[in-house]
Amino acid sequence: MSKMHVKLTVNGKQVEGLAEPRTLLIHFLREDLKITGPHIGCETSHCGACTVDIDGKSVKSCTTFVAQVNGSDITTVEGLTNDDGSLGVLQEMFREHHGLQCGFCTPGMITRAHRLLQENPNPSEEEIRFGMAGNLCRCTGYQNIVKAISASADLLNAQKEAAE
Amino acid sequence: MIPAGFEYHRPGDVASAISILQEYGDEARVVAGGHSLIPMMKLRMAEMGHLIDLQAIDELKGIEIGAETVSLGAMVTQHELITHDGLASAIPLIREAALQIADPQVRYMGTVGGNVANGDPGNDMPGLMQCLNATFELSGPDGNRSVAAREFYEAAYFTAREDEEILTRISVPVPDAGVGQAYEKQKRKIGDYATAAAAVMVGNGTASVAMTNLADTPIWSEAASTALAAGDVDGCVAAMLDAIDPVADNRGPVEFKKHVAAVMLRRAIDRAQSRAA
Repeated sequence: MSKMHVKLTVNGKQVEGLAEPRTLLIHFLREDLKITGPHIGCETSHCGACTVDIDGKSVKSCTTFVAQVNGSDITTVEGLTNDDGSLGVLQEMFREHHGLQCGFCTPGMITRAHRLLQENPNPSEEEIRFGMAGNLCRCTGYQNIVKAISASADLLNAQKEAAE
Repeated sequence: MIPAGFEYHRPGDVASAISILQEYGDEARVVAGGHSLIPMMKLRMAEMGHLIDLQAIDELKGIEIGAETVSLGAMVTQHELITHDGLASAIPLIREAALQIADPQVRYMGTVGGNVANGDPGNDMPGLMQCLNATFELSGPDGNRSVAAREFYEAAYFTAREDEEILTRISVPVPDAGVGQAYEKQKRKIGDYATAAAAVMVGNGTASVAMTNLADTPIWSEAASTALAAGDVDGCVAAMLDAIDPVADNRGPVEFKKHVAAVMLRRAIDRAQSRAA
């Protein structure tokens, strides 16, 4: 199969490459672009460790061909840091509230939580649990993940208020 | 978990997509959101030489709310169904069901057209569309035609759609004011298909009842609907249990599935009745 020309914006940077149409986005990110934040967990679109943000949607990159998202704007967990490279609010709150143990699910958790808070800046605990249902964690029991997201929402809202 | 190779096509209109289907025949398949097809391709249970991505076709997009009919483009995602305010007030049943499909990430990609056209007995939208008496619009080399959702499903993965046809839109009659609607689904975990699911509309002396994943097609039962319209809940449940034909699998034995089917149906009836004016 001939390769196709792929052009993406990833974490604000234009990137290009050649890929077979059957190349899954997760493989293109990790192996061609060396962006290894998104993880390969179950490979069957259940666990959410591969979640990335594509044009404002949370998407499982193990179940998406790079051909389908050619031309898109993609954000991975690496793109959620502050401009100076320090941890972004969600990343910091996951650390502070111990929202991870082994850390394998964390990039997908944070990337999904980012979109959830964009769409719903004041989620209830129930809304957080429902909105995070596509991400599995085998360590934490989820309680501290919910706390970290809730604390992030409070902090982001306080920052927004202070800026106004 | 890497699919076999294929050529990728992204046509800009329905006519171009159909001509690619005609050119490559059995070698070509269309893909909408891909969240049923791509897992099958990764398992090498589906292979095709040509994949036709429908995402750039504007005719397949958008939700149009009319006074009597709602038109859903085949490429409308479950996420769009959930977040569309006009749809939630015109036919709340669609949002209620879409919220119970898969998980958030899958709902951003999964489409209503893919869900109804795939013919998977586990999908929620086919039974829902039978309950709502929706019509599917198909485009093919010989033009356009419409097929009622209640006539569309023949067996698991076999539908009235011909190989060179594309399901383009879904027309759903807006239920009368005063008709109560409810969708109830039992699943083992988030992201699972239903062990049993029930779609119910009741009110104004009418009723419509359909169930999901309890046979190799969705089951809309005229006898169950007629009984419920007359207020006979026990008769409705008995008629539906007679119409379904579940098989034992990892969601349980036949007796269990029939038990869950009756529980889901009674809950959906209760809730739909409580919402009827």
